[in-house]
Amino acid sequence: MATDRSSAHGPDLNTVAGNGLVHRRMFLMAGTAAAASIASAALPNPAAADALQVEPWMKLPGSGFVGYGQPSKYEDKVVRIWNTAPGTIGTGTSRTPHHLLDGMITPNGLHFERHHSGIPDINPDTHRLLIHGLVKRPLIFTLETLARYPMESRIAFIECGGNGQLLYQKEPAQVGVQQIHGQVSCAEWTGVKLAVLLEEAGVDPKAKWILAEGADAAGMSRSIPMEKVMDDALVALYQNGEHVRPANGYPMRLLLPGYEGNMNVKWLRRIKATESPTMTKDETSKYTITLPDGKSLQFVLPQEGKSVITRPSPGFTMKEPGLYEISGLAWSGYGKINKVEVSADGGKSWAAAALQQPVLPKALTRFRMAWRWNGGPAVLQSRAIDDTGYVQPTREQMIAKRGTRTIFHSNAITAWSISDKGEVKHVYA
Amino acid sequence: MSTRNSLLIAVSALAFISAVAVAADGPNLGRVATPEEMAAWDVSIGPDGVGLPPGSGTPKQGETVYLAKCVACHGEKGAGKPNDQLVGGQGTLPGDKPPVKTVGSFWPYATTIFDYVRRAMPYNESKSLTNDEVYAVVAYILQLNGVVGENDIIDARTLPKVKMPNRDGFVTFARGK
Repeated sequence: MATDRSSAHGPDLNTVAGNGLVHRRMFLMAGTAAAASIASAALPNPAAADALQVEPWMKLPGSGFVGYGQPSKYEDKVVRIWNTAPGTIGTGTSRTPHHLLDGMITPNGLHFERHHSGIPDINPDTHRLLIHGLVKRPLIFTLETLARYPMESRIAFIECGGNGQLLYQKEPAQVGVQQIHGQVSCAEWTGVKLAVLLEEAGVDPKAKWILAEGADAAGMSRSIPMEKVMDDALVALYQNGEHVRPANGYPMRLLLPGYEGNMNVKWLRRIKATESPTMTKDETSKYTITLPDGKSLQFVLPQEGKSVITRPSPGFTMKEPGLYEISGLAWSGYGKINKVEVSADGGKSWAAAALQQPVLPKALTRFRMAWRWNGGPAVLQSRAIDDTGYVQPTREQMIAKRGTRTIFHSNAITAWSISDKGEVKHVYA
Repeated sequence: MSTRNSLLIAVSALAFISAVAVAADGPNLGRVATPEEMAAWDVSIGPDGVGLPPGSGTPKQGETVYLAKCVACHGEKGAGKPNDQLVGGQGTLPGDKPPVKTVGSFWPYATTIFDYVRRAMPYNESKSLTNDEVYAVVAYILQLNGVVGENDIIDARTLPKVKMPNRDGFVTFARGK
């Protein structure tokens, strides 16, 4: 049993909020005893008599080189899960296993996906990007020509407008962070600024919007305000250093930092400058927020400030009382995360979490909070505050404003309860 | 708007002026596209109907197309199942019961149906319908929803004039409201 040092150091000095939230220095101060407790938090303690072994891999040469490396075979549970529309194998959503990851970058093979007609098998040599509409000179670009343009990199999250929709349900869905919040991921995207290409085409000042369209069989298309396009839209060719994955738009996708995932059109084939929105299927019949009075909010473009605790979260079992790190993700489509607060007592008291650097605008931000679990019931929550001062709402506040007639743009605080047996469950608190 | 944005827009505006004679700074590697080259890709149709192709269809003709290509996923007369319901649900948007969002109850523009069916449907064979077939199946869905009459002809001229029941049901979002 790990030593609980709170009595030795006096709980008052290190307590930052109710039910065991303590200052991060506890990790440093507590030394080896607490460190042992952290390491063993979710694992059975090795038996005392379990002497260190010289394992087989210490005695024989390891395996050889491979062209493209894969995770350890012991990591085979770290995978996406997905739902598909009836009668299809590739229309639907896959979700990132955030409960099994740490840091701010999502590995390419685990980035969430949303496809409207599967993943097209695009030959990069024949793929074309057309820029036309209200421009002086309509232009066609090949991948080869785009590769000669000056590029820039941008770490940005992409979040589906439907992420978190389970929070609109009447009763808390008995699933975990992957099922509830797995439609957000974050990568370093590298490519050509769309503004540069549009300037070469010569945009007519009458053009206040563009239509962006994909080369998939659904021809997924969305209208985007020209102001956003000229500000920071990127034609992304690379994702975390390698060519964008087929599932994420190979050979090129649109990146609109902070904007609704659906607008970050994958397999980008066409940009049309237009005077007004085209009113495509996805920006009218989907991705709009129907309010209690039956009216629907349209063009809800940046994703709102939001956060979620990824560890512990459902699927974890707390084995024993002691010192733990609460870890989670926060993000805002409007800018940077300024602060994340964590509560362990169902929202009665809150303390500021440590923000892992770098904290970047419109990127996932990792937060960390030290917690001494006393073995009793607890309710863990996090709330994000972005640099516009926006505070992530409670579920009650969100529903009071929006009702439950939509599935889109849910950004309420998520609560995980810990039972005295250490089980973690999704609850409304 | 930030200073940076204003600057960018100012720069863009300048670039536009100079683009008439000399294109803006950049490698200028795009090849100028001719209208003929773009025709097959220029398929998006906005509410004004600009770009709608020649052709026409009636609900009766559309029923034939629907039974051959659509009914397996969208059910008899657009009743839905296994995939999206296309017909009914009018009057269900406000209230306590879950809203039934269909083409008839929710979609604000008839042009969107043409745009979407032509580009994305039928699911397993998208872009395979002729323009006449698309007009006809749009006419059929509109007629099932009571939006057009049995004998109405849907074409490039009539489609943009169709007023959908939920045309005024949308409000542009503003943060904080």
